[in-house]
Amino acid sequence: MSSWLDYTINGLIVGNVYALVAVGLALIFGVSRLINFAQGSIYLVGAYIGWVAVVRLQTPLFITICLVAASSALVGLIIERFGLRPLQNSVRIAPLLATIGISFVLDQIVMLTFSPNPRALPSQLPDIRFQIGTGTIGPLDILIACIGITSALLLFAFLRYTKLGWAVRATAQDRDAAMQMGVDVNRVNQAVFGIAAALGGLSGMLVGMYYNQIDTAMSLQATLKGVVAEVVGGAGNVPGAVVGSLLLGLVESYGVAIFGTSYRNLFAFLLLIVVLVFRPNGIFASAKQAPPEPLTGTFVAPSRPVQIPRWALVIAFMAFALLPLLPVSSYVLQTLINAWLFAMLALSLTLVAGTIGQVSLGHAALLAIGAYTSALLSLDFSVPVSLAIICGGLMSAALGTLLISPSFRLRGHYVSIATLAIGEIISLIILNWETVTRGPIGVSGIPPLSLFGFELVSAATIYWFSFSVMVLLALLQVRLLGSHLGRSFRAIRDDDVAARAYGLSLNRYKALAFIFGGFAAGVSGGIAAHLYSYINHETFNTQQSILALTIVILGGLGNVAGAIVGSVALVGLPEVFRIAAEYRILIYGIVLLLLVRFRPQGLLGTI
Amino acid sequence: MAEEIGTGTNAPVASHASLLSLRGLTRRFGGLTAVDGIDLDLAKGQLVSIIGPNGAGKTTLFNLVTGLDRPDRGEVRLDGQAITGFSPEKLAGNGIARTFQLGRVFGNLSVMENVLIGAHTRLRAVKPATPLIGPLLELGLALLRPAAVRAEEEQLREEVRGILARFGERLLPRIDQPAYSLSYANRRRIEIARALALRPRLLLLDEPTAGMNPTETAEMQALVAELKAEGLTILLIEHKLDMVMRLSDRVIVMDEGKKIAEGAGEDVRNDARVIEAYLGHGSSRPAADERETAA
Repeated sequence: MSSWLDYTINGLIVGNVYALVAVGLALIFGVSRLINFAQGSIYLVGAYIGWVAVVRLQTPLFITICLVAASSALVGLIIERFGLRPLQNSVRIAPLLATIGISFVLDQIVMLTFSPNPRALPSQLPDIRFQIGTGTIGPLDILIACIGITSALLLFAFLRYTKLGWAVRATAQDRDAAMQMGVDVNRVNQAVFGIAAALGGLSGMLVGMYYNQIDTAMSLQATLKGVVAEVVGGAGNVPGAVVGSLLLGLVESYGVAIFGTSYRNLFAFLLLIVVLVFRPNGIFASAKQAPPEPLTGTFVAPSRPVQIPRWALVIAFMAFALLPLLPVSSYVLQTLINAWLFAMLALSLTLVAGTIGQVSLGHAALLAIGAYTSALLSLDFSVPVSLAIICGGLMSAALGTLLISPSFRLRGHYVSIATLAIGEIISLIILNWETVTRGPIGVSGIPPLSLFGFELVSAATIYWFSFSVMVLLALLQVRLLGSHLGRSFRAIRDDDVAARAYGLSLNRYKALAFIFGGFAAGVSGGIAAHLYSYINHETFNTQQSILALTIVILGGLGNVAGAIVGSVALVGLPEVFRIAAEYRILIYGIVLLLLVRFRPQGLLGTI
Repeated sequence: MAEEIGTGTNAPVASHASLLSLRGLTRRFGGLTAVDGIDLDLAKGQLVSIIGPNGAGKTTLFNLVTGLDRPDRGEVRLDGQAITGFSPEKLAGNGIARTFQLGRVFGNLSVMENVLIGAHTRLRAVKPATPLIGPLLELGLALLRPAAVRAEEEQLREEVRGILARFGERLLPRIDQPAYSLSYANRRRIEIARALALRPRLLLLDEPTAGMNPTETAEMQALVAELKAEGLTILLIEHKLDMVMRLSDRVIVMDEGKKIAEGAGEDVRNDARVIEAYLGHGSSRPAADERETAA
């Protein structure tokens, strides 16, 4: 069908689009050592502003481009001013969480305004193709190349010949020195966020025109692709980001040519993991030096955890344990069952992100491993359900830890990127490994929950089952935290250099944390599979990972009671107030932002 | 004096008494040679100080000895065994403990927990080094906590109280407070207590009195003297020359990564090259002036 030249051209064009996102990420990382997880959301905003301009206002192409660039830049400035500047002296984890929150808020606003259905975004260009050798090239390809090159030249001129550009470069080299020399770092941040957002927005518009389709799922993909390209080129390295983007575009294009479209993202994420593990500073830097540590200071907010008296815990336990005996509707019970399942995931994440400081953004993948293992064991091998669930937990502990282990070498924000990518890889493996996972069709007819041969059908029995499993896991985790391991995990979180100097092997303890946490998440996924009776590769998605993270932050990092309280609050309250599903994620995003800004230690405090 | 010891390949073989010996240790960062062919011998029970202007490579040298950084060339031996390029966690297991120049306590851990981390390598549960089985056993022991493990923990806690008692009333009353809530000087003390909990064969102290007032400095000096008297082998980086002169068996002066002088305190103090290094190269200020500022 298409020639290799076509794939090369396609790769370069797509790479050019990625470059617009990646250059923005590199600029921001350069001056503030921050990986801006909201970059993809600006890209999304750009695509939809482009749609409004082209379809509704019917502006000519040039005006559309200016409009998209200007409004995206404005969004970037707002993010910088109100989302990130107040966090300047905050703990290291805060800006990372803030950009995640901003990203979800922006995505949801776009989704609520334009509906999640895909839309066509015509390019307003004539539909002709020019023959070049064995391949063809269209006017849109030329436009994308022109915008890419023009942006690169403008950016180069800005950084090279303007005073503000010098200030940006000076800040990227040494922030403190630049400040002492009178550089207004806030203005530099503003400039960088404005430029990054304008480029990101344009990129979104161009991608929309290239595929003649835009939808709200573009955002996360764009962030991931941009981050991959940026990290491949070396974090903070602007020319490196361009090369990384083109490389990524080519790898994807050739990968699709050989293996098919459903493997496109797999290549991008595998490239990321390979680069992070073998050349954490990007392909241009020497592998010897440690990657730059994003920001300094303590990782989590120092605080004293709230001491909950034992009698209060006992009363709360009794109240929830006896709840099904009271005349409550099965709707309440179902909501709480859901809360207990999330609490198990939150227990897992609070250990990994809170206690040992590895902020995992792909935690839902552990649910998926547990769910698939349990479902397939009980369906294909007739393993009793409760045994299958335990096997799901063990599989999640073993396989999840093995798959996440490449991230053990990384620190800070890189861990989040790597775990996000690994989560996506797991989901893609589930999608593509049809002989085992049944691929896109999913697994249906999963047997219901049962215990010692008795099927749990009533809401009350399922409630008791999930509640007792959750309480058991929580008690185990409390016991773990009270041991030398709890102490060791927290020491690694607070200062991994000092921890190593006192004999704590980072690999060993990170693996142990993921093994323990993986078990809880896997059990949660296993129970969910038997509860839903149908699962597919999208049942456990990034939204659940982010919800779990919000729960963990709300409860207090590392705080076991906090994870449970957070789950009841964030899963239960929206049900109580009957908040429509599409507004929930918006609310989670806003809650996350408010917490990071006003109560970073959460409700019950960091442990 | 540096010439007497010799720098380079024909350095004398370390005697058996020497606990730590460095030969031609070199570390480059790009064009800068941060540590340049350093030789050093530290006998058991000795205290050797390393002095030198900022940026002379002292802390980099510490990082090379403790495994946080790897040398480009040269050799590190501990008690005759080559340990060059070992990981920090392995070196901790070999009995090397250190404190950090800028202070690295575990902020959210209590004073007690901070010091207990120092004893980590001695824990029974940590010992099995078998891959896969070792960590899982450790997890099992942590969750089941048999009587032996509980007794060990209790005994370590008692030992930590003993170590903290060496700092008088500075740390004991704050034993359950998180480290971040303590004063700067107290956090430095926690670091030393943590190092002692490892029961080190070799202790590396990186500016233990930085940021301390004269009273606190005197206390710290007394403590280091006490540790030395107990037979601990110590490598000390310190800017307060008065303390260096009182405590050291030998003083090594570094400048621009090289050892420029070595010997007894007074000799080094009067060495022309040392004075020049402290004054800055090519400066013509009188030497007497320098001694004031350096001390």
